[in-house]
Amino acid sequence: MLKGSSPLIFERSTAGRFAYSLPTLEVEKKELSSVVDDKFIRKTKAELPEIAELDLMRHYTELSNRNHGVDTGFYPLGSCTMKYNPKINERVARIPGFAMSHPLQNDSQIQGSLEIVYDMQEHLKEITGMDEISLQPAAGAQGEWTALLMIKAFHDSNGDTERTEVIVPDSAHGTNPASAVVAGLDVVTVRSNDKGQVDIDHLKEVVGDKTCAIMLTNPNTLGIFEEEIIEIRDIVHGAGGKLYYDGANLNAIMSKVRPGDMGFDAVHLNLHKTFTGPHGGGGPGSGPIGVKSDLAPFLPSPLIVKDGDNYKVEHDVPQSVGRVKAHFGNFGIFLRAYTYIRTMGPDGLKAVSDYAVLNANYMMRRLEGTYHVPYPQHCKHEFVLSASAQKKRGARTLDIAKRLLDFGYHPPTVYFPTNVEECMMIEPTETEAKETLDGFIDTLIQIDKEIDENLDVVLEAPHTTVIGRLDETQAARNPVLRFSLEDIKEEK
Amino acid sequence: MSHRYLPLTEQDKKEMLETIGVDSIEDLFSEIPEDIRFKGELNIKPKKDETSLLKELGRIARKNVTSETHASFLGAGVYDHFVPTVVDHVISRSEFYTAYTPYQPEISQGELQAIFEFQTLISELTGMPVANSSMYDGPTAFAEAGTMAAGVSRKKKLLVSKGVNIQSRQIIRTYGEAQGLEIVEIDLDGTVTDLEKLDAASDEDTAAVMVQYPNFFGSIEDLEAIEKIAHKNKGLFVINSNPLALGILTPPGEFGADIVTGDTQVFGIPAQFGGPHCGYFAATKKLMRKMPGRLVGQTTDDDGNRGFVLTLQAREQHIRREKATSNICSNQALNALGSSVAMSALGKYGLVEMAENNLSLAHYAKDQFSSKGFDVLDGTTFNEFVVKFNDNVNLHDVNETLADDGFIGGYDLGKVDDNFKNHMLVAVTELRTKDEIDTFVERLGELNA
Repeated sequence: MLKGSSPLIFERSTAGRFAYSLPTLEVEKKELSSVVDDKFIRKTKAELPEIAELDLMRHYTELSNRNHGVDTGFYPLGSCTMKYNPKINERVARIPGFAMSHPLQNDSQIQGSLEIVYDMQEHLKEITGMDEISLQPAAGAQGEWTALLMIKAFHDSNGDTERTEVIVPDSAHGTNPASAVVAGLDVVTVRSNDKGQVDIDHLKEVVGDKTCAIMLTNPNTLGIFEEEIIEIRDIVHGAGGKLYYDGANLNAIMSKVRPGDMGFDAVHLNLHKTFTGPHGGGGPGSGPIGVKSDLAPFLPSPLIVKDGDNYKVEHDVPQSVGRVKAHFGNFGIFLRAYTYIRTMGPDGLKAVSDYAVLNANYMMRRLEGTYHVPYPQHCKHEFVLSASAQKKRGARTLDIAKRLLDFGYHPPTVYFPTNVEECMMIEPTETEAKETLDGFIDTLIQIDKEIDENLDVVLEAPHTTVIGRLDETQAARNPVLRFSLEDIKEEK
Repeated sequence: MSHRYLPLTEQDKKEMLETIGVDSIEDLFSEIPEDIRFKGELNIKPKKDETSLLKELGRIARKNVTSETHASFLGAGVYDHFVPTVVDHVISRSEFYTAYTPYQPEISQGELQAIFEFQTLISELTGMPVANSSMYDGPTAFAEAGTMAAGVSRKKKLLVSKGVNIQSRQIIRTYGEAQGLEIVEIDLDGTVTDLEKLDAASDEDTAAVMVQYPNFFGSIEDLEAIEKIAHKNKGLFVINSNPLALGILTPPGEFGADIVTGDTQVFGIPAQFGGPHCGYFAATKKLMRKMPGRLVGQTTDDDGNRGFVLTLQAREQHIRREKATSNICSNQALNALGSSVAMSALGKYGLVEMAENNLSLAHYAKDQFSSKGFDVLDGTTFNEFVVKFNDNVNLHDVNETLADDGFIGGYDLGKVDDNFKNHMLVAVTELRTKDEIDTFVERLGELNA
């Protein structure tokens, strides 16, 4: 791996080279000028690179070498569930019978794909304890928004049209309030108490006739189970609101407690997190939603249903909130997730949550003598540390995170949730071995020592990466969002 | 060990529980109220070994009729195109697919640079100065463009051509109505937007005029004329465009587009039953800070080396929460990478050749239909066109028969639009051979009797 920058593919381009092989055109060439007016004919070709196949592969191989994934090393990014991505999933997703099926064929020609969708719905119903599932939303944020639209439609259908407020804890993921606004609703924030849980007294103050729903992640982003969930449920339901479950942290509680049994009316799942999507460098994800039966009439259209021995696409959903995504959702991702669920089985999924929680608690206990643990009760699948003491000694969380890079680790989520000072949110996942956890823990303890013994090595980190700390202010102040050919022409 | 993905041994567990100071893993869940606990075992299928599961899923996959075994003339937004073999090799590199959003740029330069290159490729094709890192898919990108236009213009009405893909129109309605916008659909004149009706519908409250280029019926909309209508009341001009066609068609940026969206499924992404594909979103510089989604920008490190970071994050939900420009969080990075590889493999001339071959083959097919006596609707076809069948013909049944003959037939437009009963939308890509086209048209001639 070379230090420094890497040429862009445009900078590797040489006129006359290419890396494609198209079928020979067997019919007469049609001139575009015989079809449309001159004004519609592109005059200047798009400046795409010209590169031979080997050099193209070397370019992308070099880029991959400049990237850290779960297969590269430990990736304890809190709330993201960076677990192992099984290779069988990738193989299944590439089976031509699935990969080359078109969503608009007659139902009789897509029975295989529909069977997977239907059986996945059945599995997710059981795992979440909900009555119906839609796999259509493309990602968690879209799932949140879709379910909020459904809850709003439910209230409206009862003539309850003034329910415009969504209650969101201060520790919630940023997508929660953003999704509420995109759904045309207002956000009301509820505070956390000193145990890191929803402040029940404050909840009682903010809940009321205008409450559409409360959005909760349980366990929450601090990795803490909301122990008062039954009271929260009763307060919100008592006021006529619905409970929405953000499934980002489902990995902690599979087969232990189901959102449906906790009293949630709607839920989204992040298949790329709990169910090994994979993460893909930022996506594609998949964000199925599950609902209780009273919300089911409002599910996005179409539905995938079973009709005798066959599966069919049902477009007649009169009270549906409408379509939220093209076709049936990110099939390629739920195919992977389905493969994972079938690989694990009921006992496997239970073990997943057992070990995710065991790993997190083990790390927290081994680190609590060195870093401040603001919420010392047992955590679930993740926990937060504060580097407030380290900051007083000269190194902030950001510096510690950058120093971790030198040891081959992806740092935890940092500075989130925002209600913990100098926060580090650590989620090890169940697929990590004890010696991996020990290695990471020992490194965090060593970095703490370095703050006293050799502060500069921390403050100037990273030292071993291909590139040093980047100037983010410059990037935002003078945005350069694309390569410009003029730039190299000037240089040459 | 209980499973191949779960490495903790009995000894590990014992040591870890000792460190924690509890007797059992169950103790770590003690705060969950007894009333709501799940008891027993989930009622899902038992775990299956690797080989058996592959066999079972392979059997299910074979129930599908696919473009692997059948010659496909079905498009309507999802196309059967050449996928360069290199694409799958690159996106199978697990440094890419097992990473997440590049929050730590020093160890994510590969992903960040790949996205920067994607942004550049999209910018080149669309003729727009700025493109983001990708969106869920073309239709949702288009819908977000509509709501963004309403936000920017502070107006409430979206004029959407009926030449826009039916699913895109449905999604625009869902997104728009959630935010209190009025969606007005504009009728067609033949297979393109009726410009008089569009002009008549445009008023002071028009936030955006939204058209597709080439449109759902394969026809090329008159962007020059539509631009004047879009901008006369200071609304935005928003276009959804097949990026393959932009290899040979004048890019929307040159027609004064404010936002251009679309889907890069045409570049290296298999149909995979409708997703994941890859939306793109491009805009003018003026709108840069209002855009949804992740943006990658160029900068330098402390030694002056060029590097890339996520930038302008003050637009985004993880920073701005309820004040964000969109709730979008993930993107389609891996598919954007796949499309970048495909675009780079094709390169400056290959992409043009691929687009030209689509045009030539589609027009050849169109001529064959005409010569068999079919009524082929007028339209400036790129790679799709509309064929009318006799009134007594059931296109659903036609497609059933075609599957037995080795074809995936075109899209039955009558399913979604009463004005197009007995009309088939036929897509012809560079992968269709002359023989396939000839046989397909001949067979349809017989079925149209």
